[in-house]
Amino acid sequence: MLDDLALNGEAEEYSYGFLDEQTKRMIRRAILKAVSIPGYQVPFGDREIPLPPGWGTGGIQVTASIIGKTDCLKVIDQGADDTTNAVSIRRFFARVARVNTTESTGEATIVQSRHRIPERPLQDDQILVMQVPQPEPLRRLVTSEVETRKLHAFARYGLMQVRLYEDIARYGNIVMSHDYPVRVHDRYLASPSPVPKFDNPKLHRSRALTIFGAGRERRIYAIPPFTDVRSIDFDDHPFERQKWQSCCARCGAEDSYLDEMLLDDAGNTQFVCSDTSYCNDRLSEGASR
Amino acid sequence: MSDVVKPVLQVNGLTKVFDRRLACQDISFTLHRGEVLGIVGESGSGKSTLLKCLAGLMPPDAGNITLSLPDREECDLWRLEEAERERLLPTILAIIHQNARDGLRLDVSAGGNISEPLMTNGHRHYGTLRSVAMEWLKNVEIDPARVDDLPQTFSGGMQQRLQIARGLVTHPQLVLMDEPTGGLDVSVQAKLLDLLRRLVREFNLAVVIVTHDLGVARLLSDRLMVMQSGRVIETGLSDRVLEDPRQPYTQLLVSSVLQV
Repeated sequence: MLDDLALNGEAEEYSYGFLDEQTKRMIRRAILKAVSIPGYQVPFGDREIPLPPGWGTGGIQVTASIIGKTDCLKVIDQGADDTTNAVSIRRFFARVARVNTTESTGEATIVQSRHRIPERPLQDDQILVMQVPQPEPLRRLVTSEVETRKLHAFARYGLMQVRLYEDIARYGNIVMSHDYPVRVHDRYLASPSPVPKFDNPKLHRSRALTIFGAGRERRIYAIPPFTDVRSIDFDDHPFERQKWQSCCARCGAEDSYLDEMLLDDAGNTQFVCSDTSYCNDRLSEGASR
Repeated sequence: MSDVVKPVLQVNGLTKVFDRRLACQDISFTLHRGEVLGIVGESGSGKSTLLKCLAGLMPPDAGNITLSLPDREECDLWRLEEAERERLLPTILAIIHQNARDGLRLDVSAGGNISEPLMTNGHRHYGTLRSVAMEWLKNVEIDPARVDDLPQTFSGGMQQRLQIARGLVTHPQLVLMDEPTGGLDVSVQAKLLDLLRRLVREFNLAVVIVTHDLGVARLLSDRLMVMQSGRVIETGLSDRVLEDPRQPYTQLLVSSVLQV
């Protein structure tokens, strides 16, 4: 990777990937630590990024620290490649890091995403960077950071279970639909960021490295490849993915996360794949067949 | 007498200093299973500080607190690693606060409150947790149909009973109570005391109860410890201490109870 970053002695090349070298060094250290302790939230120094906090500043800083000239970047926002935020971030890196960008999951070496994990399983040579608004899964239950750190240190996660208990007691099943907490490598409780719980099983023993960056909260955590990731549940109320009655109206996929689209003023709707790249791939495959 | 049962709790020379003022000074006592030790004394005499040291909430400055548990070696509470202490305490010890709101989660249903200690200890079966919660509600004389109600909808006495259920659900060896009947009206107090007495006998608990209500002390505790300005000034069987107080302060305390 150092070769990719060869500066060639030119001053304007100094801040390759926007961040200065010292910052990238600091963030890489945080990433290394995060990878060594799966699921543990490592603090890092958040830098100013030309993007409002909450729009993916953490993800951008992680991407900027790991990106090299040979990388190919894909950015997803809500599963789509063509939304404002995704387009802007992709253009940003095309400019400051001079990398190729792509909309296809298979071609990318780095996938920066928010709200979704691509349907197509990621491979060994890919890195998934997630933008995280709230890295602390216990925050909604315990407001004190001192408290939550202790709970993590002693692995006392009964409280999270209480939340599931309350869900079942009130609604008959676990209603948490996104940001569904997971136990990483049977140790740390981590937030998979606000992905639908449909995506949780994709993290389990994934071939790709997943790095989570929370800019505003100044935390980086990671799930290394082939790590056990278990969504918390009860023995008699096991974790379940969302299910749909219909399949994708465009590509006919039955195994993907579907978005409901409003078609007309009469309230007619149809379901289509949330992952546009997956949907397009399936369509073009069908066409070529 | 070689296999004498070891006391659950042994406190030796416990001392706690706040800003060069002695809050607890050289306090020693032992507590066996099935025994209730009452601690009485005026406010500021170090009762609650002592309780906090016992509960693992505040480290003492000197002395040791030794726990003898059936399935593990004797250990000194404050010489354990913090992680070890944090893991051990919820399984063997329960604290009943004076104010039920301190010991309960008000935004979580009664069932959730009772099940939380179990879930912290690793129970993962919803059906079992729920039936245990209902059983405990029955145990503390709350209608099991209210298992899904929030504690806010409960009366003060019921909240206190709920707190007791939450404390005892893990079958702790040792229960620490800080004025469990404070702030409750007399008839509710009487019911609660009955309940506590029953539970102590039923589960063979070792209890330390801090109170300044001598009536509670007499009804519940087998032995009494009278504290004044951080020292234990008198100990003995409850009846002995209350019928025949030897220290001037104890005499004052006993004589100041209103006779109706």
